[in-house]
Amino acid sequence: MRKRPPVVIVILAACALLLLVLPVIGLLERAPWSQLGHELVARDVRTAVRLSLVTSLSAAAFALLLGAPLAWVLARVDFRGKTAVRALALLPLVLPPVVGGVALLFAFGRTGLVGSWLAHAGIVLPFTTAGAIVAELFVAMPFAVITVEAGVRALDGRLEEAAATLGAGPWFTLRRVVLPALAPSVAAAAALCWARALGEFGATITFAGNLPGRTQTLPLAVYLELQQRPGVAVLLSLVLLVLSVGVLVLLRGRWLTPRQR
Amino acid sequence: MRRLTAVIAAAAFVLAAGCSNGGGARRQVTVFAAASLSDAFKAMTKPFADAHDHDSLTFNFAGSQQLVAQLQQGAKADALATADQPTMASVSVKDRSDIPAVFARNRLVIAVGRGNPKHVQGLADLTRPDLKVVLAAPVVPAGKYARQALAKAGVNVSPVSLEDNVEAVVTKVGLGEADAGIVYVTDAKAGRNVDAVQIPDVDNVVAAYPAVGLRLGSQRAGGEQFVDFLRSPSGQAILRRFGFLPPK
Repeated sequence: MRKRPPVVIVILAACALLLLVLPVIGLLERAPWSQLGHELVARDVRTAVRLSLVTSLSAAAFALLLGAPLAWVLARVDFRGKTAVRALALLPLVLPPVVGGVALLFAFGRTGLVGSWLAHAGIVLPFTTAGAIVAELFVAMPFAVITVEAGVRALDGRLEEAAATLGAGPWFTLRRVVLPALAPSVAAAAALCWARALGEFGATITFAGNLPGRTQTLPLAVYLELQQRPGVAVLLSLVLLVLSVGVLVLLRGRWLTPRQR
Repeated sequence: MRRLTAVIAAAAFVLAAGCSNGGGARRQVTVFAAASLSDAFKAMTKPFADAHDHDSLTFNFAGSQQLVAQLQQGAKADALATADQPTMASVSVKDRSDIPAVFARNRLVIAVGRGNPKHVQGLADLTRPDLKVVLAAPVVPAGKYARQALAKAGVNVSPVSLEDNVEAVVTKVGLGEADAGIVYVTDAKAGRNVDAVQIPDVDNVVAAYPAVGLRLGSQRAGGEQFVDFLRSPSGQAILRRFGFLPPK
């Protein structure tokens, strides 16, 4: 027999769901459906979409390239101060993105800690597409670290031992044994990083500025268009909504749940 | 179960108490104001309170176009001050309690780093490829004025960023990330780590700041009093101190 849940819990749960769903409905209700096709092909909309795809995919790739090795170190190597290192690696998850953007300016800005050296070498990040990617990378990388670290911890160490006893070198083992076994968590990490990078706003506008085609990603375009052409803002929001729902659907397909061995 | 209900009841009570705060206490007058007015308006808090029964001012500073967008989306405010008249005109007549009146004017300068390290002499220099120029976005009044000045001077600039309010332009120049930006005279005066390069009168643009009381908030009288205060001798003295020009 199914137990009836307490009424209070059901009411609160319904409120939670309404709070999450109503904004989406509001967005759909305001969408300029009749002009959708026309607006979608408008040049500035396409520019923002293309730039967002380029920056978010690059940021996700770098997040994996750098975050996965850090995750491996955190899962497999014992060293002093590991807790502190992990906390630092996950800091952007809780840090307000605007603060992240200010911090990035002081580190990689033209007069920043490292940025002043980079500037001598002719590399300037603020106001460039590369800067937008760095801002997105900063907020997205923790997702790669968390997800891949959990994957590495769940690995069966005996597989690697077996490979070693069969004469495989560490590099060969990594490529042929560890990485295939990690594929699900790497894929989940990629999707999460990409979604986070795609939605990045605060760090980007603070660190990289706002210029269509160069640093004005979709969320920035939504924010600025809302003041000028609300219809376009709604449309850009719909693009982001569709992409986000896409990520959720992909993640549901067994990536989020650990694969049974 | 009973304890949970008690917690919810307590939370609801606290929320309700927080919302209905008021009866007899000092009034909170909410003023939406253009970002460039930040310093001058903050300095008015105390003089205004002294003159008006300790009414306290709460400010929301942003680009004028953003303030109007917020009002159109249902934000509550008692007074609005924008950096140009077209943006003010986009506020619906039924939301305003009066006809907007200009209370101050402003002019443009080129903001550069302290000591003008890149030797910027005038608007024509802003086309130099070694300069990173930041402007306010065209929807922002300061951005619109800057484009008018550049057009008058016949200068075609490729900015590296279009900021969503004029304060962000000052910040980017002050931090040394940008070499130059077009801002108001008052921005370069406010001790923000920037120096000002003058723009000659023939190319310069005069920004007119209108203010009006709104019917959207709960303190309509307070909003109108603040607008009157702006045009009063003490309000004008403060504006002058921060570098604003008289309304005419």
